[in-house]
Amino acid sequence: MSEPLLQTVALGKRFGALTVTDDVSLDVMPGEMHALIGPNGAGKTTLIGQLTGELRPDTGRIRFRGADITDLPVDQRARLGLARSFQITSIFDTFTAESNVALAVQAREPHSFRFWTPAQSIERLRAPARRKLHDVGLAGREDTVAADLSHGEHRQLELAMALATEPQMLLLDEPMAGLGMEESHAMADLLRSLKRKFSILLVEHDMDIVFSLADRISVLVYGRIVASGTPDEIRVNPDVRTAYLGADAEDDLEVLADAAR
Amino acid sequence: MPRSAARLLFYVALVALAAAVPLYGDVFYTRLATQILILGMVALSVDLLIGYGGMVTFGQAAFFGIGAYVCGILTLNGVESAFVAWPAAILAAAACAFVVGALALRTSGFQFIMVTLAFAQMIYYFWLSLRQFGGENGLSIPSRNTLGPLSIESHVRFYYLVLVLLIIVVFLSLRLVNSQFGMVVQGIRDNQRRVAALGFPPFRYKLALFCFAGAISGLAGALMANQTNHISTELLSWQQSGNFLGMVILGSSGTIIGPIFGAAIFVLFQQIVSDWSQHWLFFFGLLIVVRILLFKGSILKFLAPSREPSAATAATAGAALPPQMPKAETLP
Repeated sequence: MSEPLLQTVALGKRFGALTVTDDVSLDVMPGEMHALIGPNGAGKTTLIGQLTGELRPDTGRIRFRGADITDLPVDQRARLGLARSFQITSIFDTFTAESNVALAVQAREPHSFRFWTPAQSIERLRAPARRKLHDVGLAGREDTVAADLSHGEHRQLELAMALATEPQMLLLDEPMAGLGMEESHAMADLLRSLKRKFSILLVEHDMDIVFSLADRISVLVYGRIVASGTPDEIRVNPDVRTAYLGADAEDDLEVLADAAR
Repeated sequence: MPRSAARLLFYVALVALAAAVPLYGDVFYTRLATQILILGMVALSVDLLIGYGGMVTFGQAAFFGIGAYVCGILTLNGVESAFVAWPAAILAAAACAFVVGALALRTSGFQFIMVTLAFAQMIYYFWLSLRQFGGENGLSIPSRNTLGPLSIESHVRFYYLVLVLLIIVVFLSLRLVNSQFGMVVQGIRDNQRRVAALGFPPFRYKLALFCFAGAISGLAGALMANQTNHISTELLSWQQSGNFLGMVILGSSGTIIGPIFGAAIFVLFQQIVSDWSQHWLFFFGLLIVVRILLFKGSILKFLAPSREPSAATAATAGAALPPQMPKAETLP
């Protein structure tokens, strides 16, 4: 296979005495869906934060599309095609759903120092925004103010915004978090449809989804990657089971066992 | 669209009302109205920062004062043409806003409030210490600027000029906040982290807005110098910055035009109440509290254009469908 699209080399991050990222070397190949799992507090979101540029790693390097991006700020990484969705919904509350996505479309342009034409009337922004809303299942909700959308719709909107920047790669931080049964199924379908179209690093607690969708799974425990491999390899990996047991996550273990069946 | 027609009608009525003020005949009221428009212009610039950029500034009086001083100093040194003195005031205020903003915008929230206040106080004491420009006595200017062959010594004529300039500023500001640039700064107000994650560098957009607001305040300062023919150091005081915040709160932030109403209420209230009590600010405080408690949110929100559905989606809005996820295969 070719070069990895995203690669971390011996990434390390400490908060005081607490090591949250411990020598993490991880890569995502073009077109791959790589899932990152681990018990709560394993440092998954901290790792995502370092990949997007919100947090500086103390040691190690991050490479994306062949370039070292370790010292780039958040916005420049995004411009290189690294899009993310947030674990806690992060949208523009006072904007309509369509305007939320239109702003994401606008981010593809070289700059937005355009002071004259009303953004609402610019079809080259609005048309792709409506398309993306339709793609994620929010057709008909274009004019709803984002704050008035349901939690499930927020997750969809979040994804539409990430997609609208036309990224090379998606960092999805728990896209299923807090979704009801039906919403979960729909989101799973949506994620399945994104597979192969984008390179994806998926952080998710829903083991059914992870084991059915991911090409590769890495298990993060106490900031360290304890295992990395195909879903089948991870299922039978004794370290993983211990890790989940050690982290006192009986539920997760049961899910793992279920997934193995 | 009937809503935009109603809005247009509202604006026209407002302009007509403002234009009718000098017809009353008493020059006192014309001057009072001029003062309202000038202070309203600064309040508008504060609203751009607070209501659209989410930047609560406590130092806008500094740029107002810089505009006044630059205009005044130029006039005293023989540059009487408004076509030179006013743009110079605007540029000086914008340049100063650039420097202050470049430093202050590295902070946010409460820190930003304090840093803008600190800079404003520095600028205040800078002018206060310059004896050659009047020091704490302020700076007196013998006459108003000239507008080419046109004299604006007449209070009525000056009032109309200020009115026209304010209308232009309102128009430009409305274009600005609804433009692509405006969407970015409003995005920053709502969620700066997300704006950065989309690929916009928030700092540059905030700084540009800060300079734009500084420029407007600079113009208002030049107008104030002409209005009073005397630049008081009070123009730059932190109390003045606070007054502008009060006007924005009174008139609703995020509306562009609301703060002009706020300025009107402020000036008239001061005029009326200070007649029978020197503690008029006490009553002004009460007014602010009542305004916030009774009219939670905005009394002018119907003017805020950002929520208006675009023409293209208005058609589908009528048949708002329940949210449905598509099947995977409908995706491209």
